[in-house]
Amino acid sequence: MNILSFTTNSKIKFLSLRKPAFILSLVLIICSVLIYSFKGLNFGIDFRGGTLIEVETSESENLSNLRSILNNLELGDIQVQEFGSAKNILIRVEQQAGGDQIQQNVVNIVKTALNTSLSSDVNFRRTEVVGPKVSSELIKAGVIAIVVAVFAMLVYIWFRFEWQFSLGAVIALIHDVLLTLGIFSLLQLEFNLSIIAAILTIVGYSMNDTVVVYDRVRENLRKYRKKEIIDLLNISINETLSRTIMTSVTTLLALLSLYIFGGSVIKGFTFAMIWGVLVGTYSSIFIAAPLLNYLKVKRDWSVSSAVESTKNN
Amino acid sequence: MLQFSRSKITLIVATIFMAILLALPNIFTDERTSNFPPFIPSQKVNLGLDLQGGSHLLLEVDTESIKSEKIDDLSFDLRRMLKKNDFKYGNLKIIDDSIKFKLNNSELAKNVSDEIKKLSQSVSQNALSSQSKSNLNVEINNSLVNISLTEDYLKQISISAVNQSIEIVRRRIDELGTREPTIQKQGTTRILIQLPGLDDPERIKSLLGQTAKLTFKLVDQKASYDPSNPTKIPVGSELLPSDSDFNFKYIVKKKVMVGGENLVDAQPGFDPQTNEPVVNFRFDRIGAKKFGKVTKANIGKPFAIILDNKVVSAPVIRDAILGGSGQISGGFSADEAADLAVLLRAGALPAPLIILEERSVGPDLGADSVFAGKIAALIGFVAVIIFMVLIYRAFGFFADIALILNLVMVLGVLSLLQATLTLPGIAGIILTIGMAVDANVLIFERIKEELRNGSSVINAIDSGYKRALSTILDANITTLIAASILFFMGSGPVKGFSVTLAIGIFTSVFTAFTVTRMMISIYISRRKPKELKL
Repeated sequence: MNILSFTTNSKIKFLSLRKPAFILSLVLIICSVLIYSFKGLNFGIDFRGGTLIEVETSESENLSNLRSILNNLELGDIQVQEFGSAKNILIRVEQQAGGDQIQQNVVNIVKTALNTSLSSDVNFRRTEVVGPKVSSELIKAGVIAIVVAVFAMLVYIWFRFEWQFSLGAVIALIHDVLLTLGIFSLLQLEFNLSIIAAILTIVGYSMNDTVVVYDRVRENLRKYRKKEIIDLLNISINETLSRTIMTSVTTLLALLSLYIFGGSVIKGFTFAMIWGVLVGTYSSIFIAAPLLNYLKVKRDWSVSSAVESTKNN
Repeated sequence: MLQFSRSKITLIVATIFMAILLALPNIFTDERTSNFPPFIPSQKVNLGLDLQGGSHLLLEVDTESIKSEKIDDLSFDLRRMLKKNDFKYGNLKIIDDSIKFKLNNSELAKNVSDEIKKLSQSVSQNALSSQSKSNLNVEINNSLVNISLTEDYLKQISISAVNQSIEIVRRRIDELGTREPTIQKQGTTRILIQLPGLDDPERIKSLLGQTAKLTFKLVDQKASYDPSNPTKIPVGSELLPSDSDFNFKYIVKKKVMVGGENLVDAQPGFDPQTNEPVVNFRFDRIGAKKFGKVTKANIGKPFAIILDNKVVSAPVIRDAILGGSGQISGGFSADEAADLAVLLRAGALPAPLIILEERSVGPDLGADSVFAGKIAALIGFVAVIIFMVLIYRAFGFFADIALILNLVMVLGVLSLLQATLTLPGIAGIILTIGMAVDANVLIFERIKEELRNGSSVINAIDSGYKRALSTILDANITTLIAASILFFMGSGPVKGFSVTLAIGIFTSVFTAFTVTRMMISIYISRRKPKELKL
């Protein structure tokens, strides 16, 4: 009564789904790029600069009342939202013109306004102020980190496999990163420093998944010299299918638990991870593996595989 | 792959035991761990500011202001030198951090250049060489003179200003008695301050926001300030705002009579007559001498006490103050007097500090995060454990033991390295719970395949391990690459995440490859099963 018994000896023809899958992914990527160019990302203060204040009030406060109190302060764009519960409120104030030193005043102004205008006791749980200098550096560091990570993966896979694998894996990675940016843009979820961390983890996870499939493809390329590449890819995906599902399920179990019980502060991070695991798993099977068919992988593995095959036998 | 020598087993068990020992302090309170005998580790996981509450401040030393101050000083000395030597010149200006002027007589160029050399200081090029260069670049083109500070010198003053600032920041923070502050240099001109347990850094911010440069200057009585008709300020005097009254300004003589660098002590107190909060200060010998001389010569005149270019007060000197101690009053509150005393004791900053970034978390939010993290970890953990047993039965149970060990080892290594556990770090641990089973899953799936291909139980397990190895390595190295990039590029909490992720990768491969393999090997040799149910 094994739950995953359907994966045993499965012979699903994944490759026959490659065209619909490619079209689906292409459409999703185009949508992501379009949404991104129209709506942009809802950058948090890490990247946009500004002030974030999380408060806890002793009574539930009326948000629109709070909004009008804060808007009277003339600090520019102010976002007020509930955070986890009705008594927890997140306030974001846009970056003030006039350099790093000016930003510091915002906290005091908001604190004084809340303390005087609200009837309930206000507990300031979190204050973050990011000046223009740091925020622009963080954007740069974040972009560089993702590019460097993808490039490092490219080099590693090239080194361990062949360039076709490397290219296939990186295309799958970029696919995952773009779709993650797309969903963040579509839902206008806050995009902050921890989302960069999540994307890098997705890069690692998706690569991990792809590598497992590719490893099997390479092994089968040695084993079945004459088999049609499409059949060979199908076999490889099926052979690793139960592992792919198992690992995704255990990871998702852990992440779901974190999403539900881990508190509001890391909800965005966990959401990105869950999305990344789903997309990453999909892309390993439906994008990374079928791409090998188009990238014309080398069929003669007799020379370079000499070392590996002695190890495996 | 299933043979374990006695020494190998001992080694594995010893490693596990060590990890447990290292992780153990985390379940005890601080009081209990402090009573541990010295041979038992008592270090706990170091919680990040986002978990224990506290403030993180990133400051920048405004080195530009020192540069312009230096160039101002230089132009002052230069004018004096030119006047003393009776060199006629014109059009002296400071443009882009360099001083330019025109000599009336270009034949004097050589003499002027020699005199300028006397104004220069030498800069040692590096700590190892005794060679030194002048701190001034002097170019004389016919009658046009252009003087600027050399790059080496600017670098040197900026480095020393940053180091000095760190020292003074440390003194100011120590004065407030905050718990275990961390004060570090970041990059070349930045200072990172971490203050655990402090959720409202307003006081520290206001203390760090002042350079606290104290000077005593005489008030210029020849001119008086009239806000409706700002009179021309006499040469050698300057207009300074009052600290307490925005509309009032003082005209004081530029010459510094005594400076804050001569102070040896400052304490808050109360004026015995007015009962007003004041700061009592005491000068060193040199300061006391200067102070005595000035006060003796200027009885009956107002003496301005100036802090950061604002006049705190300008009391009239009644008597010569020869003892070297005095009092500053200026309508302070008791807290203000206490803070001013702190600032004066710690000394002036060489340059203003700019706050670039602030992140403060209250202790209750931190505690909530830890609690939520624990609950999430526990539930995720139990879910994965149950799932593994459902799928792999006995082997799933082995993998679960490895998983628990994995968690213990991550905690142990974190405690050992004293790495900081942040909220994303907890997420990293929970993520590793999910991913740690991956290595075991790869192996078990491989064993299943081998069994289906008709291998005997022992052979299937043996080649399952062998064949999964390269996949496991490849798969984990890719994640490790991502983690290390995060570590080097990330900051603060994100760094914490990468650390736990990386530790988790190592421990999960270790537990899968040694611990579960050993358990399976013992299970096989004891039970000798003819077939495996996986």
